[in-house]
Amino acid sequence: MAIFKPNRRSLLKGAGAGIAALGTPYIFTKGAWAQDFCNDPTNGKIVLGFNVPQTGSYAEEGLEQLKGYELAVKHINGEGDGGLLKTLKPVALKGNGVLGRKVEYVTGDTQTNTDAARDGARRMIERDKAIMVTGSVTSGEAIAQQSLCQEMGVIYMSGLTHSNDTTGKDKRRYGFRHFFNAYQSGVAIAPFLAKEYGTDRRAYHLTADYTWGWTQEESIKNATEALGWETVATVRTPLGLGDYSQYLTPVLNSGADVLILNHYGHDMVNSLPQAVQFGLRERQANGKNFEIVVPMFSELMAVGAGEAVKGIIGTSNWQWSLDDEGTKAFTKSYGEAYGEPPSQSAHTGYVQTILYADAVERAGTFYPPEVIKALEGFEFDGMGNGHTVYRDSDHQCFKEVLVVRGNENPSSRFDVLNVIGKTTREDVTYEASIFGGELGPYEPNKC
Amino acid sequence: MFSLSRKDLVALVVFAAVVLTMPIWLAPLGASYPGLMQKFAIYAIFAIGFNILFGLTGYLSFGHAAFIGVGSYTTVWSFKLLTMDIVPAMIFAVITTGVFALVIGYFSLRRTGIYFSILTLAFAQMCYSLAYSVLTPITNGETGLLLARDDPRYLDAMFGAQANIAGLPQPTFLGSSVTGYTGFYLCAAILIVAFYVSQKIFASPFGMALRGIKSNQTRMNYTGFNTKPYMLAAFVISGMFAGLAGALLSITDPLAGAERMKWTESGNVVLMTILGGVGTLFGPVIGAWLIKYFENIFSAINTNMLNNFFSFLPDGLQNVVVTVLSKFVGEGWHLTLGLMFVLIVVFLPGGLVEGFHRLMARLKRRKGTPDGVTSVQPAE
Repeated sequence: MAIFKPNRRSLLKGAGAGIAALGTPYIFTKGAWAQDFCNDPTNGKIVLGFNVPQTGSYAEEGLEQLKGYELAVKHINGEGDGGLLKTLKPVALKGNGVLGRKVEYVTGDTQTNTDAARDGARRMIERDKAIMVTGSVTSGEAIAQQSLCQEMGVIYMSGLTHSNDTTGKDKRRYGFRHFFNAYQSGVAIAPFLAKEYGTDRRAYHLTADYTWGWTQEESIKNATEALGWETVATVRTPLGLGDYSQYLTPVLNSGADVLILNHYGHDMVNSLPQAVQFGLRERQANGKNFEIVVPMFSELMAVGAGEAVKGIIGTSNWQWSLDDEGTKAFTKSYGEAYGEPPSQSAHTGYVQTILYADAVERAGTFYPPEVIKALEGFEFDGMGNGHTVYRDSDHQCFKEVLVVRGNENPSSRFDVLNVIGKTTREDVTYEASIFGGELGPYEPNKC
Repeated sequence: MFSLSRKDLVALVVFAAVVLTMPIWLAPLGASYPGLMQKFAIYAIFAIGFNILFGLTGYLSFGHAAFIGVGSYTTVWSFKLLTMDIVPAMIFAVITTGVFALVIGYFSLRRTGIYFSILTLAFAQMCYSLAYSVLTPITNGETGLLLARDDPRYLDAMFGAQANIAGLPQPTFLGSSVTGYTGFYLCAAILIVAFYVSQKIFASPFGMALRGIKSNQTRMNYTGFNTKPYMLAAFVISGMFAGLAGALLSITDPLAGAERMKWTESGNVVLMTILGGVGTLFGPVIGAWLIKYFENIFSAINTNMLNNFFSFLPDGLQNVVVTVLSKFVGEGWHLTLGLMFVLIVVFLPGGLVEGFHRLMARLKRRKGTPDGVTSVQPAE
């Protein structure tokens, strides 16, 4: 087997040299990428990258978000009825594209997986020359893409991400979030819990065992304890569990009279109906009616949970049944395009795209540091959330947070949530420093 | 000890040429950007390593993703604590994964067949849930382990390297950054070395012993051959390849997430190997490239692109074609992959490599050289 002749060796050497010779030209072409900034669209197409889960556990919300993005591109390019371009104040976009040129887009599937999300974002940036990347349904995806985009020097507008970390300890100069966060949910929901259920309650938390679940548990726990509630226990449940009975049984004898479900998506769609089937809501504990609270809600989850959602209190970023001008305009154009009312996932995606395009228009350039400066501290109105400000110190949007309740008498398949109150922007504003983190530099890397 | 048979040498040269010219021949396929080509090289290393276990011994491990994950986490921790240089990171990753594989292999290899697969799957799922929630201080849970500017990096601090960098530090190889095309050529070089190592193992007495275990372990035992250490060695080597792949994932993109350890990833490498051809040298590599291509390129095609592509057709026909095809691209890419997998397993049980050999045999027959070879030999 061990044949070793000089002529073989020379062959091997020759092969090695040949390989090196073949390889070298490409090492030098790397420099050809260098430009003033990554994917400068001055001489090329303007490409936006929409990277959402189209398969995996959050596919449904991802596909909704994608519809929102596609609608936003239509409106930016002056097709359709213009949507929120008519209600956004102040607005720089003219409905003729961005800086007078039409916008194109590419899509990707994050598979509800951070690695696939980063692969997708890299494809958009390296191959498709995307000038901006957006989209996410989990905070893991959002934080992973945000840090990648910071390294590549491309702006990332996150989609649906509710963890405090996205604009807290993992915030980035190139990442922006329009969606609200767990801390704001806690602050927003507390007064309504006090009003509905009193200030003398004993709460039992079931929490999805990952970063988002923990930040939400912490935020809700702090907010309810400030009301005077007592926290009986906080129990972590594995993500993606189908049967919660082993976690629900201990609740019955724990002495608690409120169950707080820090679950999202499929977890909540499973856990809430099971809790209701356990008869928790018919129970009396400590002389009071037993209550269930789901701090973070979405229409898609409410539809999934069916009957069980009736009367349950939670918070939401946006709801199509609001009656301000922005919401009406968006619900109308989305309904005309897709035949159903939009979800908050579609809304946040749509708004993020419009806000980015508008910031470019105001900055007069695609150069990321200028666009970032145009977004930082930007105050606007008419996007369905009332008066909103993009805070410069952590890139978090501050706006009203909706407190919603499962509709007892839904008039249609989509009429599942009632807005029972709004917590004002001032009330949900917090100091950026409480979560730590660092934004990083403005100067773009050349990708 | 570095020599190869003539056949293997030709194979290695061809392989090296194919890998290094990727930026050229992938361009018409829309896949010649550094991010994806790095993945091609890395997952090929992973599949080659997996094939040393599955292809040679026939032991189907359903938990190889755990090793990728361990390799990634070790690498990022090495970046955070020691230095941004990739050499120590890779060495640590391979050693740590080797130790992990030793422990998991020691227990799992006490059983064979389906029980072995289930045991490895169980270990991998344990690693996944540990990484996802229990060990969050080490793994940063769902968010994934990220670099930070204020990480200690004791070695770098000692030598004053990376001191005056504005943003996040980047992994370096002897001082030069390894992003983009440099990163690809680094991964490609390591892939070629990995391919060479796998050739040596296939051709060695050790590889022969592993094949003996595959064809009949009981007979091997009866001839007085202790198969245990051979199995364990194969398992550990295979795990170390996966660890190296995990390290490269974190080097080209400094982040380690728990999803890398999920069972679907373990399943993916099994698919890659079977798709390409189990027990062949080229098979796993081809399988890995095919799956990564589908995952990244097919999933990104949307109806807009299809409409542009088929715009030459008359309007009605274009709509029909686009409606039908759109079910197979974008969110439907799993469907295409599944269909292809079923077709290959049913008609080409030896994977794409077998298909290639059949094609070659047919061409040879047509040329009229009846040399008596009728049975198909798998490439080895």
